[in-house]
Amino acid sequence: MTETSASPDFVSLAPGLVRGIGASERTPRWRPGISTGCRHAEMFASGCDAAGAGLALALARDALRMKSPDPAVDTPDQRPFLWVQDKAALRLSGTPYLPGLPAQVRHRLIHVAAASPEDALFALEEGLRCRDLAFVIGEIAGNPRSLDFTASRRLGLAAEKHGVPLWLVRLDARHDLGAARMRWRVEGAPSPASRWNSHAPGAATWKADLFRAHTFQPGQWILRDDGPALIAEPATPDHGGLVHRAGDRSLATG
Amino acid sequence: MAVWFTGLAIDRWRLAEGCAPGQGQDAEPFVLIEDTAHGPRIAAANHAAVAAGAAPSMRLTDARTLCPTLAVRPADPAGDFAFLENLALWAQRWGPWSALDPPDGLLVDTTGVAHLFGGEHALLADAAGAFARRGLAARVSLAPTAGAAWALAHFGPNAAIIASGEDPMIALGDLPAAALRLDGEVIVLLRRLGLKRLGDLHDQPRDALARRFRNRRSAAANPLLRLDQLLGRLPEPLLPVIGVPAPMVQRRLMEPIRHRTLLDQVVTDLAGDMARLLEGLAQGARRLELGMWKVDGDVLIRRLEMAAATRDPAHVCRLFASRLDDLDAGFGIELVRLRAPWTEPLVLEQADLDDAAERHGTSLAACIDRLTVRLGSDAIRRPVPYASHLPERAQRWSPPLNPLPSSQEELAFHHRPLKIFDKAEIVSVIYETPDGLPRRFRWRGEVHEIARAEGPERIAPEWWRERSTVRLRDYYRIEDNLGRRYWIYRHGVIGDGRGGAPEWFIQGLFA
Repeated sequence: MTETSASPDFVSLAPGLVRGIGASERTPRWRPGISTGCRHAEMFASGCDAAGAGLALALARDALRMKSPDPAVDTPDQRPFLWVQDKAALRLSGTPYLPGLPAQVRHRLIHVAAASPEDALFALEEGLRCRDLAFVIGEIAGNPRSLDFTASRRLGLAAEKHGVPLWLVRLDARHDLGAARMRWRVEGAPSPASRWNSHAPGAATWKADLFRAHTFQPGQWILRDDGPALIAEPATPDHGGLVHRAGDRSLATG
Repeated sequence: MAVWFTGLAIDRWRLAEGCAPGQGQDAEPFVLIEDTAHGPRIAAANHAAVAAGAAPSMRLTDARTLCPTLAVRPADPAGDFAFLENLALWAQRWGPWSALDPPDGLLVDTTGVAHLFGGEHALLADAAGAFARRGLAARVSLAPTAGAAWALAHFGPNAAIIASGEDPMIALGDLPAAALRLDGEVIVLLRRLGLKRLGDLHDQPRDALARRFRNRRSAAANPLLRLDQLLGRLPEPLLPVIGVPAPMVQRRLMEPIRHRTLLDQVVTDLAGDMARLLEGLAQGARRLELGMWKVDGDVLIRRLEMAAATRDPAHVCRLFASRLDDLDAGFGIELVRLRAPWTEPLVLEQADLDDAAERHGTSLAACIDRLTVRLGSDAIRRPVPYASHLPERAQRWSPPLNPLPSSQEELAFHHRPLKIFDKAEIVSVIYETPDGLPRRFRWRGEVHEIARAEGPERIAPEWWRERSTVRLRDYYRIEDNLGRRYWIYRHGVIGDGRGGAPEWFIQGLFA
């Protein structure tokens, strides 16, 4: 592997190669607004707030913005996106609410309410195979037996084959085995002061912990959805040394 | 041309029983009854029953006292209507265009057709003969307008004709006022006014009639409108009956099949046949019906509805495959038939030239079809805005491929949560009474210290659809000390006279 400084072309590298090397100083750090090439990401979040879904939506929009436009197409990309929830996730954290969604993607939502995790996985896979979808968001609560490593790998393969990104939100779930290329832990974070009312909650802010990634160094960020773009606050202290010892394995306790 | 079947229900019953008029069961007194709030009532009676004293709209018990041997069968108005629809299509042999006149009449447009039958008299004779051969008692008549033809068929001499040049009031003047197709109460009113015949009505000054019925908008309640329609001064639009044959393919099997693999092969063949048939018609199927006739005299039907018109055999087979799992073939299936009752225009498409289809994935419509077949049609939806202040009513759900309805934009300074609960969950809140900011709340067994809050945003109940005792809501946008953002509301105000201390609810989660 040659040293890549300005624009690392890590996407074209075979995943296994990067994986074998593990995270080192030469592995690039993730930051908002770079194209990751990652088609399958998992967010672990609490079921008592909407931080997971909020960050998934923000990252999906960030990835859409970074995608180079198809030169043959003269109209902007207005493909719909799929939001799949199983019954437990629906009960735990509610349904998407049209007036609260970002205005750019509000009219593009197609919602699937699946009765069981198996149905939700089926809907996710069908969505990933569909060329007319911009991305797929899934929300599954807990650690259902059907969402094992095989199912996760299946979703990842479908996403990479057809090029439809999957953002899978896991509510109140243990960090079990999974094939996702990037695994995040998401919590809400105190928001910056609102411009007009200092006592009011400001723009949506999250504490995001990338604890497992194939092509990036793990790290923590405070991310803020600033309307047109996703912004990272000054990064928190680096855990580089820890990463070295942990190698490729998850930093998570679970 | 207007046709009036004088005894449609009885004729239909007689044809079903297979007996000639006045013969067999028809020789005995017989009535068809309908159930009303006051007990069974006679809907139709045959000649023997009428001779014995039973008449339509009589109570069955009254008729039984007159004629104890009365035979009874329930009436079937829906069946009669379907029969009439078929007759309307059949009656298009006398004209290109026919309309229903429920409950027991038909209207056929015969403009410029009579010479094909050798004149108008020959046309009427042909129609009367054809209905008589079918065993239906019918009265036919011909007139320049639908209203005049209807009046002649119901109240005029049999097989009457008004030629296009002559004055219609010569033939129609002596007919009763009921020939105008008016409601019962209007006919009673006209009789009280002394206007019993069409001629009387026509001789009245037009202004007087217009003033007397000035607030009757519908034609059936306004004799002047009906008279103008009858004389051709006003247009009278009619709804034509158009027969649309549903594309259908079927396979008769030499040996009854009992195994799923063979059935799958038959369904694949049928889907291919259907695709060729639909391609010839430049149509795509929205709804498909697979009927399987079993040897033991049973029929299994499986229906399928697609999100967008399609005729792709592979897609159809895949959708049917999951519907055939619970099939009980019994002693075997001997006939399989595929119908497309609902089709939409679908133009020819460029076929995939290579294995690009595998890489490109499925289309959105195919994806939605597959999801609908497994999860049900209620599971896959898209939210659409709805004009309401109440947050839970401001969003409705519609099928995913329906066009978006036009709507007014949301006010930009209203902050709304990313997700809301189907049913707001109750929380216990410590706040500055009576209407100050919340300080701390407990939800799902966890205490949240509120660091920031904005509010109240007061949303009043919708008084035009709810009771007057419904309480208002004061919404607060809050953030707790861990940075989790919620949308909570206080239901009511202390001392608003609509219940005790107000309760708090959590309705949504901000991102």
